[in-house]
Amino acid sequence: MSHHAEVTDPQGPPHVHHMDSTTAYQAAKFGMWLFLATEILLFGGLFCAFALFRWTYLEEFHHASKHLNVWMGGTNTIVLIISSYFAAMAVDAAQHGDNKKVVRNLTVTIICACGFLVIKYFEYSSKYHHGLFPLNPEFNSPEFNKAYQSFFALYYCMTGLHALHVIIGMCLLGWVISLARKNRFSGRYYTPVEVGALYWHLVDLIWIYLFPLLYLVG
Amino acid sequence: MSTATATGEKKNYLNEHTGIWSWIYTLDHKRIGIMYTVTLFMFFFTAGIFALLMRYELMHAGPSGLMTPDQYNQLFTLHGAIMVFLFIVPGIPATLGNFLIPLMIGAKDVAFPRLNLLSYYIYVAGAIMALVALSSPVDTGWTFYTPYSIQTGQGVVLMTGAAFVLGFSSILTGLNFVVTIHKLRAPGMTWMRLPLFIWAAYATAAIQVLATPVVGINLFLLIIERTMGIGIFDPKLGGDPVLFQHLFWFYSHPVVYIMILPAFGIIAEIIPVFSQKPIFGYKAVAFASLAIALIGFFVWAHHMFLSGISDTSAAFFSIITFAVAIPTAVKVFNWVSTMYRGSIRLDTPMLYAISFIFIFMVAGTTGIYLATLGVDIFYHDTYFVVAHFHYTMQGGAVIGMIAGLHFWFPKMSGKMYSETTAKIAFILIFVGFNMTFVPQFVLGMHGMPRRYFDYPPEFESLHFASTIGAFANGLGYALAILNLAYTALFGKTKAGRNPYNSLSLEWQTDSPPIHDNFEVTPIVTDWTYGYGEPIKGQSHH
Repeated sequence: MSHHAEVTDPQGPPHVHHMDSTTAYQAAKFGMWLFLATEILLFGGLFCAFALFRWTYLEEFHHASKHLNVWMGGTNTIVLIISSYFAAMAVDAAQHGDNKKVVRNLTVTIICACGFLVIKYFEYSSKYHHGLFPLNPEFNSPEFNKAYQSFFALYYCMTGLHALHVIIGMCLLGWVISLARKNRFSGRYYTPVEVGALYWHLVDLIWIYLFPLLYLVG
Repeated sequence: MSTATATGEKKNYLNEHTGIWSWIYTLDHKRIGIMYTVTLFMFFFTAGIFALLMRYELMHAGPSGLMTPDQYNQLFTLHGAIMVFLFIVPGIPATLGNFLIPLMIGAKDVAFPRLNLLSYYIYVAGAIMALVALSSPVDTGWTFYTPYSIQTGQGVVLMTGAAFVLGFSSILTGLNFVVTIHKLRAPGMTWMRLPLFIWAAYATAAIQVLATPVVGINLFLLIIERTMGIGIFDPKLGGDPVLFQHLFWFYSHPVVYIMILPAFGIIAEIIPVFSQKPIFGYKAVAFASLAIALIGFFVWAHHMFLSGISDTSAAFFSIITFAVAIPTAVKVFNWVSTMYRGSIRLDTPMLYAISFIFIFMVAGTTGIYLATLGVDIFYHDTYFVVAHFHYTMQGGAVIGMIAGLHFWFPKMSGKMYSETTAKIAFILIFVGFNMTFVPQFVLGMHGMPRRYFDYPPEFESLHFASTIGAFANGLGYALAILNLAYTALFGKTKAGRNPYNSLSLEWQTDSPPIHDNFEVTPIVTDWTYGYGEPIKGQSHH
């Protein structure tokens, strides 16, 4: 991805300039799109599982879904969409070589991401206080409705894996900010901003599917 | 530009930098390919020894005293899991693919050299996890079927975790290769001029990228289910064990094409060179790879005919499975047509390639038996299945890989191995392999179930023959690899740039290649297989 020469490295130097900068940019972008395809397939397995269990336990899924807080989930959806807007603005700023604006925009994105995680934390802790979590012996007891267990198992797996992606995305964008602080980007080189933003849009997009599926449809 | 060292020897990728750190930190695709080869074969022999221990146990009816039935269950699980996840899935792409793809398309390296090294270390991390898992061996079989995998020992978490991590390595390698083949072809290297190994590697990489995430999430859910007690797969908790099988085979059937497609690619490279004839039906062979990759995504439930899926879907999956035979047969016919009236040289790589065609025909034909619904009810979970997939996996993928290693060994090491030793090893492998698995077809037809520790005495003679064959087979692999390893380390006979008179790009550079692969970026003006055709331009010089 990066093509900074490391001339001082005595151990097997990388094939510096093994492709020109346009090819490197296209390759990085293509690589990220492929990676996003793998992410969609990763969540695809969970979506399949959800479809199967919703079909099996339609009534119970409907009731279990009512335990989720639509307002918190809805707020989080808006927070993520705003964060994605600023990620897109960061790409635009990078293309114009405005490194300071890249830092500003991506900082807002990361602040939104933190907000998302905080709201998620309150949601999880309210579920915890109601005993709706898998390690709770009462929840695991045979008397408890099995369908509720399936719903919450999938709820935690899907939102948990998504939250993990939010954290990874924050680290990725943090790295991009550190590059922008060193004034690395210009109209000719802004690959990390673009691939970082692409990844962030996917994180946003997955949530846009998770929210109606878990909170609204049930 | 190449420079001369003090000894007057030309610099190449092996001696340009020295010392252990120059390997550990290397970003050179050729060195990473060598590192994969060495690591992979350590696991190949480990899992091979497990197989021989099992065969020893099965040599005679009744317990041999060497192991308990539980240990036998652990052995077949470890044999399968290590062979599949640590050896044959990374297999040809990680070893020969890494070494050859940039060379064959005229590039200096893969698109993302750092990512390439990262894939290697992720592989090593997965391998270490699998080795730690040996402390509490798994006995589920390599398929980790639920609900048994939720109830049995704790090793399952580590072993499936290892498979999950190894999946990452596989995805990153595949992603790297797809981008490399799209973006880094030398000037004039159009898609229709690409060597067929590249087409096969491309189709393989696409499967690696698109199928692996699904098994990733499946194993992730299994681990969460075991550690947190949630109910996704366990019917006691409201889960569905068949869901596990669907998600598992959605990856693990395409994965057999990850194993076999690159082997097809190797055979398509070897046969034209050793027949000195253009490949017959280039486009058909190239597109057959893509067709196999595509159809391979829609056949997974043929592993589940007896798992309670509906008759309609069973019929659907049966028909689609038959369809895989068409592009596969296209390849076989084209290889044989390429050899027709060629100037055939029976060097070791060609011997392996010819034996591959023979073995793979048996493998494919028996696959058709198993795809047939009525027949599968009888053959399901018998030794017939075991023999069938060893014909594809060992007789196909492993022999293809060994063929490729012999073919490109002069390029990788710059040296020539002992042809006599290599041929003796070939005979041991070919005879030993067939002697191992032909009896297993017969055993399966008589109803011998797979994964059993013991059997009735009437099966003894066939099991005995199978065990003798297995030991000959193992000896053959040991001899073949020792021959190559010895030559690489101590060999004296130098190989020229192009000992087999191949027209492919990788043979036009030094053996071993220089660090940057080519002194000047090659310009391609013709396809790779113009043997005996008038030269159109300065394509390969």
